[in-house]
Amino acid sequence: MSLIDESFELREIQRLEGHTDRVWSLAWKPATGIGGVPAVLASCSGDKTVRIWEQSRLTGSFECKAVLEETHTRTVRSCAWSPSGKLLATGSFDATTAIWDKVGDDYECVSTLEGHENEVKSVSWNASGSLLATCGRDKSVWIWEVLPGNEFECVSVLQGHTQDVKMVQWHPSMDILCSCSYDNTIKVWAEDGDSDDWHCVQTINESSDGHSSTVWALSFNSSGDKMVTCSDDLTIKIWGADIMKMQSGDGIAPWKHICTLSGYHDRTIFSAHWSREGIIASGAADDAIRLFVPGENGLIDGPTYKLLLKKDQAHDMDVNSVQWSSAENRLLASASDDGTIKIWELAPPSGK
Amino acid sequence: MVSELINANPTVYEKKERRARNPPDDVDEYAVEPIDQQEIFDILSADIKDPEHPYSLEELKVITEDAIEVDDKSSYVRITFTPTVEHCSMATVIGLCLRVKLMRSLPSRYKVCVCYYLVNQVDIRVAPGTHATEAAVNKQLNDKERVAAALENPNLVDMLDECLAPSYE
Repeated sequence: MSLIDESFELREIQRLEGHTDRVWSLAWKPATGIGGVPAVLASCSGDKTVRIWEQSRLTGSFECKAVLEETHTRTVRSCAWSPSGKLLATGSFDATTAIWDKVGDDYECVSTLEGHENEVKSVSWNASGSLLATCGRDKSVWIWEVLPGNEFECVSVLQGHTQDVKMVQWHPSMDILCSCSYDNTIKVWAEDGDSDDWHCVQTINESSDGHSSTVWALSFNSSGDKMVTCSDDLTIKIWGADIMKMQSGDGIAPWKHICTLSGYHDRTIFSAHWSREGIIASGAADDAIRLFVPGENGLIDGPTYKLLLKKDQAHDMDVNSVQWSSAENRLLASASDDGTIKIWELAPPSGK
Repeated sequence: MVSELINANPTVYEKKERRARNPPDDVDEYAVEPIDQQEIFDILSADIKDPEHPYSLEELKVITEDAIEVDDKSSYVRITFTPTVEHCSMATVIGLCLRVKLMRSLPSRYKVCVCYYLVNQVDIRVAPGTHATEAAVNKQLNDKERVAAALENPNLVDMLDECLAPSYE
């Protein structure tokens, strides 16, 4: 049975309060929430802090375990755990990226990456944890190599976007980086096999079925053959690429437009995230969360995606980030301008 | 700071006479009164000074009551404003002032859209490229991440505070 045939509700499990300004972004710590390891979530905010939340083994509820403060001097816009879960990277409007390590019970800032001219808007680790990408208002994307001893060396500064870069995301298995921007485009970056140079291998713009306004976020599905993007143009777009071809070393396969989900959101869509089992969550300025799942494959139209459910008034204000837990627990976290984070569980309707 | 004013001699209009707010006859005195166009105009016109002149935005007709759309039920406000001169480099500052003033005055459930238009005022001949400028300014004014970053810039905040704390009266 496919997901579309089942009935679900998005049940609010908990509301996390503590931030004193809008919450911009969230990151579930890898390899937590499974095998008896308590789930851990990081959140970052306009209040210049990062908070670490941990699910109590005893009560099952999330508690704030640490507040990472007095390092960033302006909004912390983005946070990302390294794949091993050891390090947390945070990008701030103060133009720096901080790297945090847990020493004992405390998180210490072990490295500060400087180079962007102004606001850093997004940070992302590659699959192996050997590279970190950052991007920002200065229109550039930086790739940093992770060296022993918490050293980070900038290996490439990628210019190509004509406006600020809103988000960078590494492909889940290959060293291919995607970025999306206020210039309405999505760019794909890859390393030149011979010269170790990074360059733009594809630009998706409006004339190639892309977005007609700011692209706020992107997310890959777990196998990495699909990508979802969301935009101020009120649409969500799904893209596919022949990754088998890429994995076999047969060059770069371009991302092709699969479908556009429009008519669902009526305000800017700030976040889209693909769960491991294939459910796309979206969060928007209409305060709602929506979930989409693959529908039946149309013979002519190719794959389609259907609205699984819509949670109106998920928050009192804009929803800035939605993130599925990587564990198989169907937990979704959402962050909002209302200063709260909510933990949701996708479950069969109660009372049935 | 720029020493030369962009528009040295703006036309100053008389302040509009306020009409009395007449509640409907069947008013339920316990009901929450919805926010209307006039209320928002009052919020914006009284307290915001033009960045360049000792006049309010109302006196310069940068904003008019007609340029305010409000839907209290769906918590939505859209403001259009028209600077005194074309290619006004102050457009972003005025737009941010309007946005900040509304953020501080309205309930947080409100969604605010601030739009800059050059064609509202009479006698403005739209120069080529004007609409592109409009679109660029409006995109910036309604990108909340850019607005958030701007509001963390101390110089800009000083400028906004000056416009929002008028001393001309």
